[in-house]
Amino acid sequence: MGKWTRRGLITAGVVAGGALAVGVAIRPGHRVPALAPLVAGEGDQLVNTWVMIGSDNTVTAIVPHSEMGQGAQTALTQMLADELDADWNLVRFLEAPAEDEFANYAVGRGFILGGQTYPAFLEQTIDGAFLQVTKAMHLQITGGSASIRATGLHGMRMAGAAAREMLAAAAAEAWNVPVSEIVTRDSMLSHASTGKSATYAEFAAAAGADAPPVHPRLKTSDQFRIMGRSVPRIDIPAKVDGSAMFGIDVVVPGMKYAAIQAAPVLGAKLKSVDGAPAKLMPGVHSVVELEDAVAVVADGWWQAKQAVAALTPIWSETPADGTSTESIYAAFKRDMDQAVANGNEEEDLRRGDARNTLKSAHRMIEAVYRVPYLAHACMEPMNATALVADGKCEIWLGSQNPLGTKHAVAGALGMEADRVTVHNHLMGGGFGRRATDDASLQAALIASKAGVPVKLIWSREEDMRHDHYRPAATSLFRAAFDESGAVIAWENQFVDKHEPREAPHIPYAVQNQFIHYTNSPTHIRFGPWRSVDHSQHGFFTEAFFDEVATAAGKDPFELRRELLADKPRHKAVLELAAEKANWSERRASGSGRGIAFQESFGSMVATVADVTVTKAGVRVNKVVCAVDCGFAVSPDGLAAQMESGILYGLTAALYGEITIDKGAVVQGNFHDYPMVRMSDSPRIEVHIINSGEAMGGGGEPGTPGIAPALANAIFDATGHRIRELPVSRHDFNFRVEESDEPQKPITLQQMGA
Amino acid sequence: MIDLNINGRVVQVDVDPSTPLLWVIREQLGLTGTKFGCGIAQCGACTIHMNGAAVRSCVTPVSAVAGTAIVTIEGLAGDGHLHPVQQAWIDEQVPQCGYCQSGQIMSAVALLASNPSPDDTAITEAMQGNICRCGMYGRIRKAIQRASVPTVDQLESAVSIYEPSLAGLKEVQHG
Repeated sequence: MGKWTRRGLITAGVVAGGALAVGVAIRPGHRVPALAPLVAGEGDQLVNTWVMIGSDNTVTAIVPHSEMGQGAQTALTQMLADELDADWNLVRFLEAPAEDEFANYAVGRGFILGGQTYPAFLEQTIDGAFLQVTKAMHLQITGGSASIRATGLHGMRMAGAAAREMLAAAAAEAWNVPVSEIVTRDSMLSHASTGKSATYAEFAAAAGADAPPVHPRLKTSDQFRIMGRSVPRIDIPAKVDGSAMFGIDVVVPGMKYAAIQAAPVLGAKLKSVDGAPAKLMPGVHSVVELEDAVAVVADGWWQAKQAVAALTPIWSETPADGTSTESIYAAFKRDMDQAVANGNEEEDLRRGDARNTLKSAHRMIEAVYRVPYLAHACMEPMNATALVADGKCEIWLGSQNPLGTKHAVAGALGMEADRVTVHNHLMGGGFGRRATDDASLQAALIASKAGVPVKLIWSREEDMRHDHYRPAATSLFRAAFDESGAVIAWENQFVDKHEPREAPHIPYAVQNQFIHYTNSPTHIRFGPWRSVDHSQHGFFTEAFFDEVATAAGKDPFELRRELLADKPRHKAVLELAAEKANWSERRASGSGRGIAFQESFGSMVATVADVTVTKAGVRVNKVVCAVDCGFAVSPDGLAAQMESGILYGLTAALYGEITIDKGAVVQGNFHDYPMVRMSDSPRIEVHIINSGEAMGGGGEPGTPGIAPALANAIFDATGHRIRELPVSRHDFNFRVEESDEPQKPITLQQMGA
Repeated sequence: MIDLNINGRVVQVDVDPSTPLLWVIREQLGLTGTKFGCGIAQCGACTIHMNGAAVRSCVTPVSAVAGTAIVTIEGLAGDGHLHPVQQAWIDEQVPQCGYCQSGQIMSAVALLASNPSPDDTAITEAMQGNICRCGMYGRIRKAIQRASVPTVDQLESAVSIYEPSLAGLKEVQHG
């Protein structure tokens, strides 16, 4: 790790009363005293922005990430506790409050700098600049699979190590012994030859008198005692007895309930609504008109929902009123064709000369891939509870970006941000959806207009039809081969580019590559959906790569391996998955096995799917996944994330499809937007490699690989290529008479080019 | 007024009799462990027990449950001890976001009450109505197996591997 991560991250301050306070990720200056009252209670001493040592010797990790089931709060606490040599049984966690001082500097920097190190003379500038960027962006985001690799590495471990060194120094001074002889273990300080020992709590205040270490020494992996162990997740016990508090469970004295009906076509405004039918219904308090929605506030949510359904609002017309899925796809094609004709494609990556290689190549193949819009469909529908009174607002919800919520709500109400308090709660699923504010803004506006505290809950239909969707996308691929069958050129033209920037790229050594895109905007709003652009590009590139292998007459695993020859880390992951899945074992008739590789969010994942295909459709029997995220802080937690990511991607690959008609989303609930259930959930095996390389994320990298592994397995079983998702759109009636003749890739010549 | 017997306690509620039980439980009685997911009995997040059977409270009018014994997730644990299914959920580290898990656990408890040794098919059938968006079906299956009573067949196959404990295992089974 470069010096810059240590400099600037640690700042000392002394809290009133003389206790130690170490601010991590906050600089310059002594800002820490301002934080103390926000997190420290009676009898606690603020040791660190992210560490408190209580008078009972408990250590509280103050974690700036919200919990949506990804287990990050547990893993982050492990990282801090290990470096601190804390007794795990005495470690607690607390989610950092949504205050600007907690703006997640480490996330901002880890992300924006992409983990790069910079020359020493630039450190000052970079640190200063990125603190500003972080604060300006109101970053307290849980997303981008960033918790462990950004906050954990730059924040929690550093905090734990610094606090440990300060405690040891304080004890050494008091006992008049060399600090090198102080042993820290299980939240105790001890000195062998004098026999002295003390709890951390006894030295917390004394430790505050000294300056923090500039370069706290981090443990090496052989010294880890808590990291690398599958400790039970700290959030689980409350999730088996009904006591876990999600945003939807909040009770505020005197609150009413609101149900809402927003304009079916995004961009439409509420022209008028006759509130009378609702006002006549029992329990109704008021009808509230918003710019693009109408809400009913009532004594109970059921009453509110029935009353809002009784309204017939008039919506304004919009240019998108005639839009359909077909018209969106037609626009994609039109815009892509025009860009090529006009030569104004946006270049994404150019290596060698793919265009000319394709023109003169011995042989080429071409294919078009397509994926639909997807909803997040979190189990907990969007909701927020708001109290607006005396020029202040309090808001209760589960948010991946509570600090962003604070500023967005302040903006919507025309208040200064310091007038808004966000109480963040557990999230019943996030997947990127809860990084965007909309229900929170509506709740604040409704509460403000209704003059009572309001809990707004979206119906499932409202949630499905007013998501921020994983965009529909399409890719046109071409690949060229020389006489020996070697792939010598790769061209990929796709629509729209979001994040991460590298999502459309391939890891394989193909000499000539041209990857380019065309923007083709639609009125359907974009949102980060678990693994973001990797969700479509992982499918596109890894499924087409399988076509390349077939055209080259190569085994798809062997060709990947061959073209990853100079990337040992990638190759090891690929090989482990293949080995564990018995890749070379012969498949039974009607069965198939497919492999895919995807690097995302700093982690390498190889996925192998085993399927059976019959007339009735596709059954996924087993999925084997190998992952290298550098180091698994909690191996079972990582395995759970892989299982979850695979299932999330499998639901999308098998069934996921949001369609548009007359500008509005058609699907409304789980009957027409189906999910993988117990019966079609495959057995999943996760194999972990701790390579010791830079840490990658865990929450998202499991998702991109399953769709291509599935598509490739279906081809292996049937010879039928899946170039469009979901799989449920495909008809497998051809399986009546088994024919294992593989479908030939379409060549340009056949397409009449 | 409607009399409800919830978690062994009789309470009176004053609501429109057509109100779904889910909203009465959550809003009138303040028992928020039972969740709203879909409102049309598609996801199982609202599952409760009515006379021991798993029922979707989001589509059950409160008037239909008068005179029955209702149990919610809050009523499973007794005397400070978790129900064995709840404990199995912790042991297998099942929940991720946790939102669907009250409903999953209620479905699993109802299954095991009627079939203490369910096979894979029985587990699938009983749990098919409960969606887990975090995809923890594999762990749910393992937790149910952990909480089930081993069948004699399973015991004998275990016995064939661990010969010396034969007598002890059979005693446990019959005791």
